Amino acid sequence: MAKSKVNFDPRLARRKMIGGVFYFVFLCAVMVGILSLLVLLTRILMEGLPWLSLGFLTNYPSRHPEIAGIRSAMMGTIWVMALTALFTVPVGVGAAIYLEEYAPKNRLTQLIEINISNLAGVPSIVYGLLGWALFVQIMSMGRVVLAGALTLSLLVLPIVILASREAIRAVPNEYRLGAFALGADQWQVIKGAVLPSAIPGILTGTILALSRAIGEAAPVIAISALVYLTFVPADPFDQFTVMPIQIFNWVGRPQDDFQSLAAAGIIVLLAILLTMNALAVILRNRYQTRSED
Amino acid sequence: MAMKIYIRPAKVGIPALWLLGILAGALIASACGSAQATSAAVSAPTAAPAPMSAAVSGSTSASAEVEQPLAQLSGTIEIDGSSTVFPISEAVAEEFGKVAPDVHVNVGVSGSGGGFKRFTAGETDISDASRPISDEEAAAAAENGIGYLEFLVGLDGLSVMVSPQNDFVECMTVEQLEALWQPGSSVDSWNDLDPSWPERGINLYGPGTDSGTFDYFTEEIVGEMQASRADYTASEDDNVLVQGVSGDRNALGYFGYAYYAENADKLKLVGVDAGDGCVKPTIDAIASGEYKPLSRPLFIYVNEERVQRRAELRSFVEFYMENGAALTREVGYVPLSAEAYADNAAQLK
Repeated sequence: MAKSKVNFDPRLARRKMIGGVFYFVFLCAVMVGILSLLVLLTRILMEGLPWLSLGFLTNYPSRHPEIAGIRSAMMGTIWVMALTALFTVPVGVGAAIYLEEYAPKNRLTQLIEINISNLAGVPSIVYGLLGWALFVQIMSMGRVVLAGALTLSLLVLPIVILASREAIRAVPNEYRLGAFALGADQWQVIKGAVLPSAIPGILTGTILALSRAIGEAAPVIAISALVYLTFVPADPFDQFTVMPIQIFNWVGRPQDDFQSLAAAGIIVLLAILLTMNALAVILRNRYQTRSED
Repeated sequence: MAMKIYIRPAKVGIPALWLLGILAGALIASACGSAQATSAAVSAPTAAPAPMSAAVSGSTSASAEVEQPLAQLSGTIEIDGSSTVFPISEAVAEEFGKVAPDVHVNVGVSGSGGGFKRFTAGETDISDASRPISDEEAAAAAENGIGYLEFLVGLDGLSVMVSPQNDFVECMTVEQLEALWQPGSSVDSWNDLDPSWPERGINLYGPGTDSGTFDYFTEEIVGEMQASRADYTASEDDNVLVQGVSGDRNALGYFGYAYYAENADKLKLVGVDAGDGCVKPTIDAIASGEYKPLSRPLFIYVNEERVQRRAELRSFVEFYMENGAALTREVGYVPLSAEAYADNAAQLK
């Protein structure tokens, strides 16, 4: 006994030190993200806030920075976003349900799954060019809201499918077995047991995917490179522009005032984005408590 | 694993909501900021830019001075092309919108080449271009049965810049610029160009290869379009070039005159000697053609058949020629002489 006491050296000081070092390293890793976000936000807010006003939201673009506004771009973004959500949610959730609940586990399913994961990593400009060729040229829709929304739908579909699958997979199998035991058929199980538990996750994934789409400039530029537009789309077959394109144009101008205007545009875009993210959180929390009752 | 993410996320929500709170606060603060912005608009020296809302609601008093029927025109005019010409077309579209509120004028920025691609396929009515149409593009237009009219709408002086800390370069000859920028150039120190200049490295800045500015500069200086040394800092965003040149005492870069005019305190303009002495790009020197060879023409190309057929397009082009000079100057380019605009307008008759 006495011998083993000598042999075992707990080296407590050293272990504590290593523990402390890793704590510090991980804390730094967190701070890198948060600090750079804070620096960016402060800069943008300081530059853009004085330019933010009701007129900025309701005016059309202008060569005079004082009266230039983001109305056409903002409404374009909202239009595209709404249509994208309309296309993505049913298709994305449907695909996820099929893959998780119905699909047999064979080679073909595996191939489809691998492809969807890979598609989620394809650069957005590739989707832009695909959308341009498919919707604008081959289906000759023209450079309209619908073509933009369909292109962005292609871009976010893989993400929505992946997130929805995760959410569906997270539903405990006991729920399904319990429902089956009560005599429910496959669709009733999905409708009554799986979806209610999976909806918070599906919603979060979908809204985050849409938030990504809203900030994309590259694929939309391939569809519509319009910058000066003095009307708001009235239907899906109108021409449009979106906020990232407008902001990009302002940043490139020689006049300093336009740079500030771009900052103001970024604030509006951020506000829409964060509202959507908050919506995701709120919806998720609401459904959560309901399904736990 | 996934269960954890979706079943217990309530804590994640709190920071996100907190962020939203910050943003809501920011928006409220902006309401106070708006007072400032409004006062800025009032005190701005710009010639009474009537608020858009007034223009859209169709004030007949504004259109009364111009031809009466303008206010009754309607339709959509599609413009696309060069981002250099964009500010001029945008300004004209904005003013035209005040007198003809029912005509939608859409202006895009696909670049000179991208714009011609659409124009020669008949997709657009007007193409903005910072260079003349190329032979291939003209052939494509002919093939698609698109006739066009070319209107010169202004001039831009490509300007060569160094840092304000550079106290030895005042002027460069075209030969020096060519030696510096040609492909595979071995010039890497200032005294390679002129023995009296110090032996210090040169850091080069210029536009990216998709830019019309790049096309024009290489054509005029090197003698072949797109032929340039590649070891320079390239950016499609001219503001990045301004930043680069102003902060680097060994820098030399080139970009459009408008970007110099807005940043004159941060940059030093270099004169260009094409054999007739040193000329710096100024509005007058560019307009008279004295600044060469880097004064470049800015064009719009108009679909000929449509301009004859469609009243709103015709009125727009006429309006462009009547107001082009003032608006070109306002957005930072060099206007043509009055006769040049009149000659332009005569093409329509």
